[in-house]
Amino acid sequence: MPLITNTAATSSPLPVARDEPKDLAALSCPLPLPAGERILLGHGSGGKLSAELLKDIFLPALGNPVLNQLEDQAIVSLGAARLAITTDSFVVKPLFFRGGDIGSLAVHGTINDLAMGGAEPLWLSAAFILEEGLPIETLRRVVTSMHEAAERAGVPIVTGDTKVVERGSADSLFINTTGIGRVRDGVSLSASQARPGDVIIVSGFLGDHGIAILAEREGLQFETQVTSDSAALHTLVAALLQATREVRCLRDPTRGGLSSTLNEIAGSSQVGMELDETSIPVREEVRGACEMLGLDPLYVANEGKLVAIVALSHAQAALKGLQGHPLGKDAAIIGRVTEDHPRMVVMRTPFGTTRIVDMLAGDQLPRIC
Amino acid sequence: MKYLDEYRDSRIARGLAAEIRQRSTRPWVLMEICGGQTHTLMRYGIDELLGESVQLVHGPGCPVCVTPLETIDRAIALARRADVTLVSYGDMLRVPGSETDLFHVKAEGGDVRIVYSPSDAVQLARSQPERKIVFFAVGFETTAPAHAMAVLHAERLGVRNFSLLASHVLVPPAIRTLLSSPNNRVQGFIAPGHVCTVVGCREYEDLVREFRVPIVVGGFEPVDLLEAIRMLVMQLEEGRAEVENQYVRSVQYEGNRPAQDAVQRVFEVTDRKWRGIGPIAVSGLRLKDKYAAFDAERLFELTSVCAEEPAECISAEVLLGHKKPTDCTAFGTRCTPDKPLGAPMVSSEGACAAYYQYRRHLVSIARG
Repeated sequence: MPLITNTAATSSPLPVARDEPKDLAALSCPLPLPAGERILLGHGSGGKLSAELLKDIFLPALGNPVLNQLEDQAIVSLGAARLAITTDSFVVKPLFFRGGDIGSLAVHGTINDLAMGGAEPLWLSAAFILEEGLPIETLRRVVTSMHEAAERAGVPIVTGDTKVVERGSADSLFINTTGIGRVRDGVSLSASQARPGDVIIVSGFLGDHGIAILAEREGLQFETQVTSDSAALHTLVAALLQATREVRCLRDPTRGGLSSTLNEIAGSSQVGMELDETSIPVREEVRGACEMLGLDPLYVANEGKLVAIVALSHAQAALKGLQGHPLGKDAAIIGRVTEDHPRMVVMRTPFGTTRIVDMLAGDQLPRIC
Repeated sequence: MKYLDEYRDSRIARGLAAEIRQRSTRPWVLMEICGGQTHTLMRYGIDELLGESVQLVHGPGCPVCVTPLETIDRAIALARRADVTLVSYGDMLRVPGSETDLFHVKAEGGDVRIVYSPSDAVQLARSQPERKIVFFAVGFETTAPAHAMAVLHAERLGVRNFSLLASHVLVPPAIRTLLSSPNNRVQGFIAPGHVCTVVGCREYEDLVREFRVPIVVGGFEPVDLLEAIRMLVMQLEEGRAEVENQYVRSVQYEGNRPAQDAVQRVFEVTDRKWRGIGPIAVSGLRLKDKYAAFDAERLFELTSVCAEEPAECISAEVLLGHKKPTDCTAFGTRCTPDKPLGAPMVSSEGACAAYYQYRRHLVSIARG
């Protein structure tokens, strides 16, 4: 994924707003970031603050036709081949959590950003920033896990780099991975391609990763059996694209959760979305943890789920394609793309009423009461 | 979560809504006090479900919203001190003071931490004896017992580097202020169930007697709120004014005695300024002299800054139930959760923010 990576020492790769550049000015406050402002944790949350950084800092300096697409991956041509390139940094804390660790996450996250572009992942790089004093055994565990994840996925790590910084200059261990893949012939996926009438599909239960991470956080001990869903999704994408090619857009709803991803797609495609609350798969344990912590599962990070926007006529084929794969067995149609309320995601509640599912300004914050 | 599902059952909710619509002979004006209740009403679209049968207005019950600007500024001043770690509930960090907020102070190097429980702050003080740990203690009667317990706990352990920046507010004096206003149009109240879990129902009896207004203690789930609204409508239609308890699974008439005792040991009632409303007599809690050693206001030299709310903001009228958030000319344009003009837009539980977050699609339709 280009440019903005995760800043908060929290979860995972980060979906930044990927609206077309022409829309960015309309996204939020029209004023440029004032001089003297500082980076806040919210600038890494994948919400509106992240979009401001893109608009005010990165695109003016670095913009070019490929970068300006602001997809999860850049698609470039090399001879007859179309290559997908993506990069992502991983700063998750704690390093090890139920269902994964920073090493496997760094492999899965980058593979997933390639897969969401319809690409078959080919190669990965891995760069490490290590804090002075980090136990060698910790590094060994992380690297072993990376190796296992890459081998399982069949995507080798072919180059790397290591830097060590003074104690206090980094929080034990950060990893950057870059990936290169080949886009399948005839496949063209983009957040700007959603059309009224399309259906919205998720590949399984939402919020598992974010809750598994929160459960391990200092000061937040609560008992849960929730396991991170961290997984490489490229074979699931292959199964989906085998079932139908009428897929408009694929995204993995990582930081900022489903709501941020859908708001981005709605913005890029200039369409509205209507979700059906009762059809959104969320585990009982995740709902319970969210209740306790004052969070909304739609904003909680996932690391092994995808959202697909699919033409209505191919919705059942896509659903069957996903459900036939172990990582997609709980896939569900959760809503549809509408002409009404463009750029707005609206949810139909079990009471038959409607409410907005908004993009967050920054991180979701626990409430007082 | 079976325990919650029953209170979110759409069949029961629709049944209650139908009964309310049927029983109501005029659009009774009802107010829920607590921001958590406002949040539920908006999230589930209960206003949409009830149509014209009742008019819901939203009270001043979001502690984040009503914490005065100068208190936020004091927290910010503390967080900027090199020797202080300021510990807070998460949603206080985004609340703008007169110049900045705690997130920005954190980015500038201030030591600001988020916890879920004040006892975590006491724990932090024990583990970092060289730091001065200040807990930003805001909230209604609900959070006061936990804050009192933290002080008593710190005292018992001999922890000397822990203090509270306390800014508690009390619900009954706020209701009294609302009812005493010549412009009052609220005809019935949903009292906050969690507050009554702590303090009981006695104080609400006084209000009912004095103002002849029905008050129903309500919970926080959609079915709770619909049931509370139905009970209020029944009272109004039958010409009764009583305290009734919908939230029986949590609230007892006498409240929680040990929690009340802890609060009475540590705190005393004081006058308090409410952001957006102004000063209300005997509407807050402060630390007793005996616990001055745990009172950040007395331990640190905190300069008071008087800040003016922007003139366009109608938060006082919103918080008093005179106007709806959508009556404001700045709503959703010059005032959004990212750039709030006033109190009810700052926290997700503020009435303006709840409308913005969940309901503005209907506003834009209504406005064409």
